[in-house]
Amino acid sequence: MTSPDDLFELAPCGYALVGEDGVIERANAEFRRIVARSTEELEGVATLASLLSTGGRIYAETHLRPVLAHDGEVREVSLDLVRPDSTRVPVLFNADVTSGTAATGMAFRVVVVETRERHRYEQDLRAATSRAEQSTREAVALATALQKTLIPPAPPEIPSLNVAATYRPAGDGSVVGGDFYDIFQVGAADWWVVLGDVSGKGIRAATVTSFVRHTVRALSIDHPDPADLLHRLDRAMHLDGTEHYCTLVLARLTRTDTGWTMCLSLAGHPPALLRRPDGQVSELGVLGTPVGLIDEPRFETVHQHLTDEVVTFYTDGVTEARARGELYGEDRLHGLLRSLPHDVDTIAEQLAVAALRHQGEVAVDDIAVLAFTPSA
Amino acid sequence: MPRADLLNASVRGAEGAPAIVFVHGFGCGQHMWRHVAPSFEVDHRVVLLDLPGSGDADPSTYDPERHATLDGYRDDLAALLDELGLTSVALVGHSVSGMIGVLLQIARPDLVGRLVLVTPSARYIDEGSYVGGHSEADITELLDLMSRNHLGWQDPLATMVAGSPDSEAHGELDQAFCRTRPEVAAEFAAVTFRGDNRADLPLVSVPTLVLQSSDDVIAPEAAGEYVRDAIPGAAYEVVETRGHCPHLTAPEATTAAITRFLRA
Repeated sequence: MTSPDDLFELAPCGYALVGEDGVIERANAEFRRIVARSTEELEGVATLASLLSTGGRIYAETHLRPVLAHDGEVREVSLDLVRPDSTRVPVLFNADVTSGTAATGMAFRVVVVETRERHRYEQDLRAATSRAEQSTREAVALATALQKTLIPPAPPEIPSLNVAATYRPAGDGSVVGGDFYDIFQVGAADWWVVLGDVSGKGIRAATVTSFVRHTVRALSIDHPDPADLLHRLDRAMHLDGTEHYCTLVLARLTRTDTGWTMCLSLAGHPPALLRRPDGQVSELGVLGTPVGLIDEPRFETVHQHLTDEVVTFYTDGVTEARARGELYGEDRLHGLLRSLPHDVDTIAEQLAVAALRHQGEVAVDDIAVLAFTPSA
Repeated sequence: MPRADLLNASVRGAEGAPAIVFVHGFGCGQHMWRHVAPSFEVDHRVVLLDLPGSGDADPSTYDPERHATLDGYRDDLAALLDELGLTSVALVGHSVSGMIGVLLQIARPDLVGRLVLVTPSARYIDEGSYVGGHSEADITELLDLMSRNHLGWQDPLATMVAGSPDSEAHGELDQAFCRTRPEVAAEFAAVTFRGDNRADLPLVSVPTLVLQSSDDVIAPEAAGEYVRDAIPGAAYEVVETRGHCPHLTAPEATTAAITRFLRA
């Protein structure tokens, strides 16, 4: 025969009955042990609230009491009970209402289980979670900072050349993409314009982007021919041992009395688009192979004299934008370019806008567009 | 999605009648008003909503940066009222939402015609001779408890990672009355209990009622009296009840006090 003592007084959990006035009516041995108080100090004397910390009382008032009033019970609440010497005992707390309402006061049964070990474990977990969250925030900040170093904020002012550029990172911008562009001067009338796309994403790809950009700058001093420069770059990338490769469109521009001369080479990159003032669009460049990918790369330089054409470089984030599996594609791109005004700012902006719109405003891949034209 | 849907807002009651907006405080959501709000539907348009991060408000509405101060909540309320086309409303704000109401009235006097502040406090932490009723350590302990308790909230991302959500468990979660997302609740608690809006109170320019609970461990009478004295011409009523939520523990007295104030 099980005795009432077995069921209540000696139960292996803290067990108490609380009256409608909030005062503890009965408390068993384990409950008294947890709060380090005697029967005389508890029964008919102490309120349950008086065994909580102030923070605990606020929590009970703003959360537990409303839930008890609404559901008639609360379960698995993590609380601290306070001993007379102010030490806290972490407990898991269940309660169910036995009589009364929020308006009259509620009587309830309370069961508490001491959770020192579990509490320590959960503290460790919370600390680990918060460290992980901090790391994620730092990674995003690092990606953003790195991205900023790779994307020139605005093209430089170049006498007799109008330049415009647009860059939209993929997704929410928290991952470093592989698209980049660069415009720099090597002589009184000599400039290089570069736009590229490194395979892959993330920090590793970003270091390759940085490597390609600075190697192109260094090589440009002694290698005026773009195809020659690409061969050197390809070798440098193989020596570097990276598994990332890169597609590029690379052009050297030289100012002349009648406009600009352009030498251009492609490394497995979409061709440059040439738009005449009458709207006619043609492709420029020989495809070639990506740099850093194969053992016997092929690059070819083409020459073009520019008087009033708009030249547009873009990455495949434009043409490979997808709507339900359907690519934006070159036909749409050419059509759009024909329909736009003969103005570099509008062209650079609208190409990116169209690619974004095609894929529902969320870029799956980076989008980079660079447009330039001789000016008076 | 309209803001009203994002904030789980509803408008009920007499069409064309003056509007009364009930804003829940820290802890739980609009259901806290269930014993008070319905009786106003006879002669008011009654607006209920869940603040970002609380109740059934869409999770996307909560932004840790925007809601790092009460101004973020104030602007959400302004945008909601603008969307609903309501002006000169009677705004009933519980606890911290009393202060959100104060900020809204100051920023957009066209939107708020009357204020009812239920168990308000302009500052919870004692400072010098000011009695807020709490110490910094009390609040730290509260934030710790907030981050330890979910009350039925489950991270939808965690559920997705673990596989398809168990439909039975899911239904159970949907019924949770006061589920709280620990980080959000801890941030809301920090904004609430570490805030200081004493300097805003004298700028209130509409009739205001301060409704004080006679036995409130969160906002003691000294805090309520401070709010009353700082708001020009504020009326003051004490509801005889225990606790911080007279709309839950003394709904009839609370309803009667609000009704008297609105008719005055």
